[in-house]
Amino acid sequence: MTTRAGSGHPSSSLSTIDILTALYFGGIMRYDPRRPAWADRDRFIMSKGHAAPALYAALAEAGYFPADMLGTLRRTGSPVEGHPNMLVLPGVEASTGSLGQGLSIGLGHALAARVDGRDFRVYVMLGDGESEEGQVWEAAMAAAKYATANLTAILDSNEFQQTGPVQTVMPSLEPLKAKWTSFGWDVSETGGHDIDCIMDALGALSRATGRGRPQMVIAHTLKGKGLSPFEKDEINRKHGVPLTAEEARTALAELDRMYGGPGASDGPGASGGEE
Amino acid sequence: MEIGKRVGLEYGEATRNAFGEALVDIGRENRDVVVVDGDVGNSTRTEIFGREFPDRFFNVGIAESNLIGVASGLAASGKHALASSFACFLLCNAYDQIRMGIAFPAADVKLMGSHSGITIGADGPSQMAIEDIALATSLPNFTVIVPADGPSTRAATRAMFERSGPFYLRTGRPGVPLIYPAGVDLEVGRANTLRDGVDATVIACGLMVAVALEAAYDLSGEGIEVRVLDMHTVKPIDRTAIERSARETGAIVTAEEHLLEGGLGSAVAVAAASLHPVPMEFVGLRNTYAESGDPEELLDKYGLMPRHVADAVRKAVARKG
Repeated sequence: MTTRAGSGHPSSSLSTIDILTALYFGGIMRYDPRRPAWADRDRFIMSKGHAAPALYAALAEAGYFPADMLGTLRRTGSPVEGHPNMLVLPGVEASTGSLGQGLSIGLGHALAARVDGRDFRVYVMLGDGESEEGQVWEAAMAAAKYATANLTAILDSNEFQQTGPVQTVMPSLEPLKAKWTSFGWDVSETGGHDIDCIMDALGALSRATGRGRPQMVIAHTLKGKGLSPFEKDEINRKHGVPLTAEEARTALAELDRMYGGPGASDGPGASGGEE
Repeated sequence: MEIGKRVGLEYGEATRNAFGEALVDIGRENRDVVVVDGDVGNSTRTEIFGREFPDRFFNVGIAESNLIGVASGLAASGKHALASSFACFLLCNAYDQIRMGIAFPAADVKLMGSHSGITIGADGPSQMAIEDIALATSLPNFTVIVPADGPSTRAATRAMFERSGPFYLRTGRPGVPLIYPAGVDLEVGRANTLRDGVDATVIACGLMVAVALEAAYDLSGEGIEVRVLDMHTVKPIDRTAIERSARETGAIVTAEEHLLEGGLGSAVAVAAASLHPVPMEFVGLRNTYAESGDPEELLDKYGLMPRHVADAVRKAVARKG
């Protein structure tokens, strides 16, 4: 998508994609693509809006819109915009792209569920670099005050931001687990690319509508997961840089070998390329 | 304050008080109305709502960015959300959140900024919103209302909850002269002609409506008959009333308790210039912050008293040629 568009944030998208897969296709989220405004649907908010391509891929796969629209990413007139726009694309729950704002919006949804006595859950994907925004911590405080047990934040801890490692740009951001715990959240950690591990962390959350602690799931991820040109870049995992057409061909062939896609030497349908 | 007393205006409640009482009435009628406040509910008067409807009132603390985001999320899940704080903190501190969470998605969030302008007085410039109209009118999808008194504030509060989409309602701290009778209606986007005249039109909003009426009274004694419009809706501005006033009176003066940049005067000038250009003069804050002090002394020092409006009218009339 981003290679065809000529711009975008593929590596920031790839670090979230296994978590999105678990949420949308692992039976965690309750949704109906034919009714995007269904009042009882679970909400997912991509607060790190530059990971829009991953969200779009999940929404298309889930049936919110035809998958061929993904090829129009970032083109004039396409609702598949550079960052999510809730007005033009079904399934997008918040217009994001200015960092730090999604958790507050998710908290608003969670409070609306309480006012209306509904049992839907709200999931918000945050970036680790994004967590440098003060508003994230304003929302963290308020969610703990209101004990929104129906609110789950997922931290895509891919350890890189635009100009370099998070540890270099803002070393005092850590320890994040201790920070979220001290803000009154239930905190767990998971491998962000191990579906079983993600399901363990997210699959057991209750639909009880009473008060309780909001939950933070710190997911340790790899920025650019699965595509070697990103994984090998030690500066910033090619932040905001799409692969060239040649790099994309090579990388997709790697993926096919790994997961048995159409370009894999052992043919379609094979799985577990490493075996 | 003494403004308007000389011309027979009686003093009424502060516009923020009228808002707070109207909000409770609306909350009784509509269970979907929710309120988010930044720990200034006793100043914005949303505390009245909070006492009656504690389950629909959220004090998120001194954190305006989160305040706006929470209101945006509540609206996205079908609530009619009211977000309030001091106008300066709400608009200036959380402007990007308002842009992303309310204006861009055209969310059904009503913003109420209190303590606007310089008549907050003694607390000084850090608490004075003098750029809020420019900020709010710059946002696509927003309707911006600056009511002149208590009765019209009640009507404006009701009117914005009868419509979907983003609103900014600007209120003030002190009690202000009564312009309208109790129970008056307010038609969003339609200016009210409070006094007719043929020599010039003063177009004002907020407290400056009373200031304009006093100036018109004084000018009448000199033989200058001034039309006075209450342009309570700054966006969308009433282009019809502006064009008619330009054609029929040949000169326009605007008056606002706000910076001249981007406020009522700018909006009126854009409309007049394209519809029917006439000589215009502008009363407002001129590229400056104010200071701590008595509200009326500040209005005088910063050029917002009836005599300043009258001077501007004389200049505009003299330019008619």
